[in-house]
Amino acid sequence: MTLLNDAPMAAPAHALTDEQAALVDMVRDFARHELEPHAIEWDRTKHFPVDVIRGAGELGFGGIYVSEDVGGAGLTRADAALIFEELAKGDVTIAAYISIHNMVAWMIDTFGDGAQRERWVPRLASMEHLGSYCLTEPDAGSDAAALSTRAVRDGDEYVLTGVKQFISGAGSTDVYIVMARTGEPGPAGITAFIVPSDAAGLSFGANEVKMGWNAQPTRAVILDGVRVPAADRLGGEGQGFTMAMKALNGGRLNIAACSLGGAQWALDRAVQHIRTRRAFGKPLSEQQSLVFTIADMETELQAARLLLRSAAQSIDTGHPDVAAHCAMAKRFATDVAFTAANAALQLHGGYGYLAEYGIEKVVRDLRVHQILEGTNEIMKLIIGRSVLEKAS
Amino acid sequence: MRIIVLIKHVPDTWEERVLDPATGRLDRSASERVVDEITERALEAALALKDSDKSIEVVALTMGPGESTGAIKKALSMGADSGIHLVDDALAGADAMTTAATIAAALRDAGADLIIAGNESTDGRGGMLPAMLAEHLGLPALTFISDLVVEGGRVRGERATETATSVVSAALPAVVSITEGMPEPRFPSFKGIMGAKKKPVASHSLADLGLAADATPRAASVVLSCEPRPGRTGAEPIVDDGSAGQRLADYLAQQRLV
Ligand SMILES: Cc1cc2nc3c(=O)[nH]c(=O)nc-3n(C[C@H](O)[C@H](O)[C@H](O)COP(=O)(O)OP(=O)(O)OC[C@H]3O[C@@H](n4cnc5c(N)ncnc54)[C@H](O)[C@@H]3O)c2cc1C
Repeated sequence: MTLLNDAPMAAPAHALTDEQAALVDMVRDFARHELEPHAIEWDRTKHFPVDVIRGAGELGFGGIYVSEDVGGAGLTRADAALIFEELAKGDVTIAAYISIHNMVAWMIDTFGDGAQRERWVPRLASMEHLGSYCLTEPDAGSDAAALSTRAVRDGDEYVLTGVKQFISGAGSTDVYIVMARTGEPGPAGITAFIVPSDAAGLSFGANEVKMGWNAQPTRAVILDGVRVPAADRLGGEGQGFTMAMKALNGGRLNIAACSLGGAQWALDRAVQHIRTRRAFGKPLSEQQSLVFTIADMETELQAARLLLRSAAQSIDTGHPDVAAHCAMAKRFATDVAFTAANAALQLHGGYGYLAEYGIEKVVRDLRVHQILEGTNEIMKLIIGRSVLEKAS
Repeated sequence: MRIIVLIKHVPDTWEERVLDPATGRLDRSASERVVDEITERALEAALALKDSDKSIEVVALTMGPGESTGAIKKALSMGADSGIHLVDDALAGADAMTTAATIAAALRDAGADLIIAGNESTDGRGGMLPAMLAEHLGLPALTFISDLVVEGGRVRGERATETATSVVSAALPAVVSITEGMPEPRFPSFKGIMGAKKKPVASHSLADLGLAADATPRAASVVLSCEPRPGRTGAEPIVDDGSAGQRLADYLAQQRLV
């Protein structure tokens, strides 16, 4: 149920194909049956439902835009945007984890050599193995190119030492892509490595206690002299940062889509609520100021949806401004979605604040989308700089 | 082995279903259409057999208007190998007799070793079709089956009644109708959805089936009239002026409900 039709306004540019409509139907069914009934409980008990996630893997969720020859579904980013929006209506946190997993699978599929693709990707695509993406460090977040984890070449191996902070899925996942410094300061000295969870010297910090995203663990990843065979270096030395940023373009769209799905779910709930809840002798939906709130929520979510789908097309078609397009979609969608979810909470009154209604969970979950995969301030840096560069 | 599954496109059970008072027929535009839940389980039963024996071919057959290809597409995306669509304007409003005769005509030379249907559809709920079909085809019918096994050229299943569970079996080919006691259908995979378009779907009109439109059994039952269910009456709304609790309790006590 949506206030207006789910299909975006700007057909034919954004009209869904028959296949896309079928993909959305399938994801809706999956989210309604497998995620939504459990989402509140998983949040409360901080349960990471690995079994359910593996079940999603059998349907193709582990390699949505991974090539078919290594077990991926071979779909487009436009498809992925639809899939993540729908999935997040069941559980924002699980959808967001699946997005991060897809970034990892896609990186190895795209930048790996033949042997790496065959060795790692099929089991990531099926989600027999789960992935984590390790860029952030305690002293390098927004300024990720300042990371200090070192990888020192030693014969046929590299020795990795350092700490990665805020790593989603860490401790429960199987494959870690670690960005580490092999050379000079700055982005050009960074290299990516594939590290399995059982590597000697790899350990994990405590599961962070956090505001939302409780159904997936967030831990520090500690690398204490972890020996990684040179065969597990992803791409060449010094290429790690560029690869990590390319992966984030897609990640940002998925996160934007997850925000959109969560907010749409909250909006749908709020509409139901104010139509049935009566005060001052009539349904709340007859209070004009609340009608205006609904109008703002719907308008901004539709605008975000258009921006998102258009940025997804930019990745699919290799648009030169793709990084700025993805940053705009991420910044705008995560901001308006958080505002809309918060408004949905307000429209629910006291009930919105109760865990049972699921709204406060969506608000808490969406809040972090304004921070991770590049804060929204960093998105503005990317967008603003790309505009200014054009002028110079 | 070739399994043909009968599937049906029906209005979503969870939405309001509407009859057109002028024709007495279902208003197909009133609600979203989905694959009937029980026939999805029938398909799941066939696909589960295929999971353990890849040589099994699963065909999804539906009779319905043009838009029913949606049901076939869903079946193909879940894993059926091909589809058969029986579609003809002259079939609009077909009753169970006509439907059974038409489907039987399509199945007669289709080479099915096993035909699986739902025990009833969630819209019509006649529950007659599988038995009628078996009669037309001269095949054994195992109806209302849960727990289906195919082994050594025979099909076996359990049939629960109010007092006992019978184990019934028949030599193939046979017609089986399954109940909602069978396992839930699988979700289609992304690959299944993207691959569905490439799978063959045959479309047959009455003429293709050798049933000339005017010679088809005319509807043996005709809906003469239908009216919407009257709204609820007899309820006495209680507006809470502070005494609602008391009045509700009095009412329940008066009706000997507490
Ligand atoms: C739940 C959770 C999960 C995460 N998962 C992962 C993961 O899986 N992998 C991973 O690598 N990382 C992950 N992160 C890390 C996340 O990407 C970082 O937290 C984020 O990039 C911000 O870095 P920081 O926390 O160090 O903040 P800082 O960089 O210290 O920023 C603090 C504030 O200053 C602002 N700021 C910084 N620089 C500028 C500037 N130049 N101009 C204007 N404003 C600026 C920021 O926008 C922010 O508001 C996760 C974080 C969280 C909370």
